[in-house]
Amino acid sequence: METVTAVIDGCKVEVAKGTTILDAAKTVGIKIPTLCYHPDQSIKANCRICVVEVEGVQLLQAACATAVGKDMVIKTNTMAVREARKTVLELILAHHPQDCLQCIRNQNCELQTLAHEYNVRENRFEHIDENLLLDLTSPGVHRDPNKCIKCGRCIEVCERVQTAAVYSKYNRGFKVGVAPVLNLGLGEVACINCGQCVHACPVGAIYENDQHEQVWDAICDPKKHVVCQMAPAIRVALAEEFGLNAGELEMGKIVAALRQIGFDKVFHTNFTADLTIIEEGNELLHRINNGGKLPMITSCSPGWIKYCEHFYPDFLDNLSTCKSPQQMFGALVKTYYAEKASIDPADIYSVSFMPCTAKKFECIRPEMNSSGYQDVDVVLTTRELARMIREAGIDIVNIAPEDFDAPMGMYTGAAVIFGATGGVMEAALRTVYEVVTGKTLQDINFTAVRGMEGIKEATVDLDGLEVKVAVAHTTGNARKLLDAIRAGEKFYHFIEVMACPGGCIGGGGQPYGTTNEIRQKRIDAIYDEDAGLPIRKSHENPAITQLYEEFLKEPLGHKSHELLHTHYTKRSLYPFSKEEK
Amino acid sequence: MSLAKEQRIVLNNYDKINPASIDEYIAQGGYQALKKALTMSSAAIIDELKASGLRGRGGAGFPTWLKWSFTAPIEADQKYIVCNADEGEPGTYKDRLIMDKDPYRLIEALTIAGYTLGATKGYIYVRGEYPQSQQSLNTAITGTKAAGMMGKNILGSGFDFDLEVFSGAFAFVCGEETAIIESIEGKRGEPRIRPPYPGTVGLWGKPTVINNVETLANIPAILNNGGKWFASIGAVKYPGTKIMTLSGDVVNKTFVEVPTDTTLYDIIYGFGGGVTGGDFLAVQVGGNSGGVLPESLLNTPIDFDSMMAAGGSLGTGAVFVINDKRDLLDVVKNMAHFFTEESCGKCTPCREGCQRLYDFMVKVCDGKATVKDLKIANGLARVMNKSALCGLGQAAPTPVQTAIKFFGNKFEEKLLQNS
Amino acid sequence: MVDSYTNVSVDKIIAEFKDVKSGLLPALHAIDEKYKVIPEEALVKLSQVFNIPVSQIYGVATFYAKFAVNQRGKNVIRFCESAPCHIAGAAELVAAFEKQLGIKAGETTLDGKFTLEFCQCVGMCQEAPVFTINQQPYFNVSIEEIPEILARF
Repeated sequence: METVTAVIDGCKVEVAKGTTILDAAKTVGIKIPTLCYHPDQSIKANCRICVVEVEGVQLLQAACATAVGKDMVIKTNTMAVREARKTVLELILAHHPQDCLQCIRNQNCELQTLAHEYNVRENRFEHIDENLLLDLTSPGVHRDPNKCIKCGRCIEVCERVQTAAVYSKYNRGFKVGVAPVLNLGLGEVACINCGQCVHACPVGAIYENDQHEQVWDAICDPKKHVVCQMAPAIRVALAEEFGLNAGELEMGKIVAALRQIGFDKVFHTNFTADLTIIEEGNELLHRINNGGKLPMITSCSPGWIKYCEHFYPDFLDNLSTCKSPQQMFGALVKTYYAEKASIDPADIYSVSFMPCTAKKFECIRPEMNSSGYQDVDVVLTTRELARMIREAGIDIVNIAPEDFDAPMGMYTGAAVIFGATGGVMEAALRTVYEVVTGKTLQDINFTAVRGMEGIKEATVDLDGLEVKVAVAHTTGNARKLLDAIRAGEKFYHFIEVMACPGGCIGGGGQPYGTTNEIRQKRIDAIYDEDAGLPIRKSHENPAITQLYEEFLKEPLGHKSHELLHTHYTKRSLYPFSKEEK
Repeated sequence: MSLAKEQRIVLNNYDKINPASIDEYIAQGGYQALKKALTMSSAAIIDELKASGLRGRGGAGFPTWLKWSFTAPIEADQKYIVCNADEGEPGTYKDRLIMDKDPYRLIEALTIAGYTLGATKGYIYVRGEYPQSQQSLNTAITGTKAAGMMGKNILGSGFDFDLEVFSGAFAFVCGEETAIIESIEGKRGEPRIRPPYPGTVGLWGKPTVINNVETLANIPAILNNGGKWFASIGAVKYPGTKIMTLSGDVVNKTFVEVPTDTTLYDIIYGFGGGVTGGDFLAVQVGGNSGGVLPESLLNTPIDFDSMMAAGGSLGTGAVFVINDKRDLLDVVKNMAHFFTEESCGKCTPCREGCQRLYDFMVKVCDGKATVKDLKIANGLARVMNKSALCGLGQAAPTPVQTAIKFFGNKFEEKLLQNS
Repeated sequence: MVDSYTNVSVDKIIAEFKDVKSGLLPALHAIDEKYKVIPEEALVKLSQVFNIPVSQIYGVATFYAKFAVNQRGKNVIRFCESAPCHIAGAAELVAAFEKQLGIKAGETTLDGKFTLEFCQCVGMCQEAPVFTINQQPYFNVSIEEIPEILARF
């Protein structure tokens, strides 16, 4: 490896050729401030907060964009640098609402942190308030364009990672803004509600539709029987909200906290994740054996579903008709559980805790009312859950753990791994293999479908039946896969797609500022949890067996079709357009 | 009356020939340079340019030979030559004169550039405000093709070259060379981060050289008469001639092409015939990004380095004269406003800073600014100079900065007394 | 009124630039020339033809001052507001036009005939103040001449 040596603030550094000043400075413990920089994105160098002085160069250089040159003498803390940084900060702050106390990103905002670190006590520039309208058109993601600092990170993640390309800059100069086409709302364009722009945003300009007050209202309503479910990706990330590392929070503590908040029943989405595997596994075998449409593609990720409806409507028949675990759960709570517990489903208020902003859209889809009511009443993200726990004053780190309620709180390791990219595939393979071959799996870990690689492929031998599978996370990778299938370059039997990078653990509802590095830690925590569980195959979940015996009767049966399966809607790429309507 | 004389190189054919006629251009010696170039090696042409000392006429003053020498040796399946004809600096119309009155000269120059650089495709990025120049160039391109001097195997040399006129769409920032590239690629005209420089990674990722119209228009004469000849004209370090366009409070609102050692005084009082409507107060040289200079600097020769040393800049060669009956602060406010409209909005210092400098000037003009405001404006300007992403943002504070520097008394008169 | 656009005619204009590598801006110019506006339908068509996200086309169309996404009048009058025109009395000229047409700069007359806009230097500074009507420059116009000039449109 070719290296260069340079001096940063008097410290000698030796780094690989091409290393930026920003990264080189980190190696000697010097933190250069950034705003438009994002570790998972391209270099933009537009905020100019990271400028440094390079000896012999008249202009200040952006540390994020400038490679360390041979024998460069770099200074990160001179008068000129300090003046530039402070001025840039003041300029941004003066054109940004001053409501930090009310802001959803209070104490978790890159701009606020910098203002604190650089001791901005007064602003030399007069405050400008543009009074732009909030965008509340999407059920999942809201925007306050007044807070936008025009860094372009949301544009990049939407365009390059998700290839939904909802955002662009508009106008120029001081009037530049970031918005969907024609300055429409997110709810009016081909936005998939994935919420990855929320993680990209350094400030409070993009955030979830916060509905946690509605849940408090329901809890305080004595007539309501409030039940909740929780996705597998919640536990690993919720820990981060309370200062722990990914996965360090014990599941039982979350259960205890939810009871303390006042939920009448605390269940787990994992229960219906196991159910999904039974239904979806059977659907796959049915398609393979009866010449059905292949590849079959998973349907758990509502961001992916909406993406498919907008961008690849010709693949709608490829989508598994299985509802997502959340919606299966919702349908069963107001039927199976209501019956079992002798509660009028009209009195049940069903709350879903999800790592996902797209789930907020999914639960209000018109077809999601097969119980006769809206199956899931409200979806809260991991962040909103954390807010409720804090509001309730619960010391979740030290609370005594409790168990989930029966029967919909029982789950296997196969359900847990739904939270990570490749997890649904692996869970399905664990079950499908044993169902088809009648043999017990020697090694239940299908590592080929694990990990952060964008597209993963594997071939599984089911006693002579070769099943080709693929796993994609991010809709950008799904696009690549579908394009290859369309072009006839690839054939698969079964594909798992998750809209978010890393799968649900990287979802748009997870703690703010999720990066790929954090995603990897959550994935590790998910597989640790799976490995530690006594039952790791969905078809071995006794509560699921009981559910079929007591209620559903058989996979893909009449009741399943009524409650657990759904259909999809072709959507336009240009939903705003008169012509397309 | 001064002794300074006009010397026309790039405007040699101005009003002498029918701009649409290639025959008339050829009759004036046109296409001799191209013929000569096609017999020379790329290195030899670059050497000739080096000997000439030709430097950019668009504002940055970069040695042309050096720019070419980076790109010429690169092996690539495609390289591009782009002509920057997006002159948008207020008070400037030099490139328009060349494109309207002698388009073949520019085309010949671009063909030579293409040959030297190994670029088989060229674009002339003409500002959208100049439909007539686009038409003139398109006519000339058609004429050149008809005469067999553009297209495949030009004059039997084996060199293929094609040229296209590309219209801008009213964005001053697209005079910045990487913004031009973005614009041709069909994007918002936001300057790119450098490195990589366009010479290695330019249009569609290919090595691309971008030269200003006036710079290129010198090249045929340099090849015909030799680099030494050119180097002997005007200032030693910035040789040749420069077109200066006069506007504002000057008797002759005209243009002149003069050797680069001509002084500002000679241009304003000699060619310009002096100041009208009052006495001399200030002159802004180089367009809206240029400095607002006082009378004491009028003896400065116009060449790049002398202007820089004097605290101004040659820029595009626009000479905008302001008489002493004018409200200078109001004029500077107008200059500051220009950048609020024309900043691309990509980087913070320029996007926010241009607006703040304009707000400051409004406050000054309204008699509401304080000494503190002045200090803040100076600090902001300093930060913009040093940390804006591109040349536009770095130069945007110049009118305000130089006005404060050279006409501080005008500001002081207007500042709130008790501040 | 401006020629009303139809999808067919927008399609036809765009089709001409379909295979041009740098076709987006030329196509926008052609649409602008015909309609003085980039209609929503054109944003969609451009997105389809060039395979560029519609958001990005919106970003481009709003970046360049020549293009507008909101309807303009049939004739666009632009006043240079750069310094040489500014000191030559551009403001008086603008005020006279505003009075004559009963609209402010940035607005369009009710009959859809004229839009008044500001622009920056058009490179005709030898004859300031300058304004253009549909890109045709007018020099040294006295305020008395305005009605006669407008009557030509």
